[in-house]
Amino acid sequence: MSFTPDIRLFSCHYTSQQSCVGEGRELQELGFPENVRLSRVNCTGKLEEITLLKAFEDGADGVYVVGCPTDSCHNLQGSQRAAKRVEAVRQALGEMDVEPDRIRMYHLPRGLHPEFIDAAREMNQRIQEMGPSPF
Amino acid sequence: MIVAERKPLAEILEMVKDCKKILVLACRGCVTVCSAGGEREAEILASLVRLGLKKNGCRAEVIEGSLVRQCDKEYIDAIDEWQGQYDAILSTACGVGVNFIANLRPTDNVYPALNTTFFGGSAEQGVWSEQCAGCGNCVLHLTGGLCPVARCAKSLMNGPCGGSVDGHCEINPSVDCVWQMIYDRMGRLDRRQELTAAAPIRDWSTAGHGGPRKRIRDDLTV
Ligand code: SF4
Ligand code: SF4
Repeated sequence: MSFTPDIRLFSCHYTSQQSCVGEGRELQELGFPENVRLSRVNCTGKLEEITLLKAFEDGADGVYVVGCPTDSCHNLQGSQRAAKRVEAVRQALGEMDVEPDRIRMYHLPRGLHPEFIDAAREMNQRIQEMGPSPF
Repeated sequence: MIVAERKPLAEILEMVKDCKKILVLACRGCVTVCSAGGEREAEILASLVRLGLKKNGCRAEVIEGSLVRQCDKEYIDAIDEWQGQYDAILSTACGVGVNFIANLRPTDNVYPALNTTFFGGSAEQGVWSEQCAGCGNCVLHLTGGLCPVARCAKSLMNGPCGGSVDGHCEINPSVDCVWQMIYDRMGRLDRRQELTAAAPIRDWSTAGHGGPRKRIRDDLTV
């Protein structure tokens, strides 16, 4: 079944700089899926587990977090902290017999990089294959 | 503090599957400090319960609240604040808290969200370890302050046993042999001589084997 998933992205300022170029038009021009809703946070280390869960409560079919590479986070350990919180939610989804891959952590380079678009497309495709959220 | 951890979600969802209005009730005492059942964890649990019940086709309203402590009558009375808004309380306190709600709220359904595990301390961020078993007859003056009841797998009073190898317990090499620690520490304190006296057979009647324990301080009762 083909459907347009509701995907939420939480990204730090440093890895999502592309979203600011040309008032956001550049992302669209580069093929960033329109169904991915971006929330920028100062640092992904500030993200709480509850924020990720609320995204699912709010109807997200998939959620992902983009933070700096683990060994070069702008805020030292922020993206490592985020990865642990994402992992906690993955485990909770697993406990409910829901695909843990509905939430994923990406560590991407800072600045303007094609990987930012690739991650969105990959997530979009994965969630399309999984189908709508069971929640 | 009392250390606890969240029960598996499937077990919690099974407990509350027929409830229509659930109050997830946090405790701001020990379980807040051990990050198992404070307001933050209760908020997460409430969200997971909402998601899990919805996925399982159950319709329920899940609200959140918290008490200063759930092991104190005066705070339990504050549950009146949510009167009429719940048909079940899912408590994220330790077992003491759940018992107190059951003792004092005769018509309230209460369920435990946590497994209460031990009396312990925070060894480092995110790590808690067992230190005391509440045996009711403390022997720490004899052991340099390290507890053989809670921290020796066999609760030996005259340790170590033959299974102690290079400072580790035979049950698992990741477990320190507390009797080796006691021996080393007493040496550092220049008190090793005290360990040569054999500890007598212990009277465990204070440790809960005589039924539930109670402590009364007459000077404080009214
Ligand atoms: S109810 Fe349990 S967790 Fe809460 S303060 Fe009392 S002893 Fe600690
Ligand atoms: S001897 Fe008993 S009271 Fe003392 S620390 Fe050990 S378990 Fe606790």
